[in-house]
Amino acid sequence: MASTACFMIVSRNDIPIYEAEVGTAPKKEDAAHQHQFILHAALDIVQDLAWTTSAMFLKSIDRFNDLVVSVYVTAGHTRLMLLHDSRNDDGIKSFFQEVHELYIKILLNPLYLPGSRITSSHFDTKVRALARKYL
Amino acid sequence: MAPVAPRSGDAIFANVERVNAELFTLTYGAIVRQLLTDLEEVEEVNKQLDQMGYNIGIRLIDEFLAKSNISRCIDFKETAEVIAKVGLKMFLGVTATVGNWNAEGTTCSLILEDNPLVDFVELPDTCQGLFYCNILSGVIRGALEMVSMKTEVTWIRDMLRGDDAFELQLKLLKQVPEEYPYKDDE
Repeated sequence: MASTACFMIVSRNDIPIYEAEVGTAPKKEDAAHQHQFILHAALDIVQDLAWTTSAMFLKSIDRFNDLVVSVYVTAGHTRLMLLHDSRNDDGIKSFFQEVHELYIKILLNPLYLPGSRITSSHFDTKVRALARKYL
Repeated sequence: MAPVAPRSGDAIFANVERVNAELFTLTYGAIVRQLLTDLEEVEEVNKQLDQMGYNIGIRLIDEFLAKSNISRCIDFKETAEVIAKVGLKMFLGVTATVGNWNAEGTTCSLILEDNPLVDFVELPDTCQGLFYCNILSGVIRGALEMVSMKTEVTWIRDMLRGDDAFELQLKLLKQVPEEYPYKDDE
């Protein structure tokens, strides 16, 4: 498992709707903000890249020191973004695909308003389990 | 001789028109969602769903009796069995088990292991008091009222609230004697 990994889902309106620190490394005070900052900076690149390919998985699109940003864009233009320091493309791809499935289930919930924050604890547990499995 | 009442709704279920399960689930979800937006209060939504179910039930009973070849039930026990095995199968595609009878035979529970209405649904914190499937209790209440049984139908267990099954309690309040609109001596 990766020592540092930060996973975030950004809605089509550029609002973060889910965030999880899934790395094994002990949390540093300023790291959380730094991770958000790096992912935020990568959004512009995603916007440019998303329309150049028909694939949903954009692979690693940006880097910051030893940290890499991998992105998966759904058909509805929701972005699943992962900041990580491991080099495991296949695992990351599977991770994204399975989280995509979970995200679709959340979307199908009639009581969930698309574009609002994902508060489901079930979703959170599942995502963390997937992170342990693949990253 | 009266036709033997079917003990299972499978045959009827095979013959009635069906819709895609996801379409059904999401349509119901959209109704609940809209009610939550319009009425704002969860309690009001529960009431409204029950009322909508009632209005469905009082009409649905006619279709049920026309298509199912069910003869008159002799007691409330048989009624409950017919609802669980034939009625629910016919209109919802699932069956329930009947249990938890009280000594007088006026209260029982319908236990649903599976409920197509709640696929994908997860109650957010803001709607904890919501009985998502309250329409079902209304349907049963309405349908029974049309066959002269006043009942009270309440949810005892709800999978959306973390229970292991759906349990509907049916309580027979009274049997209304049939009234004829004419007098014998006229």
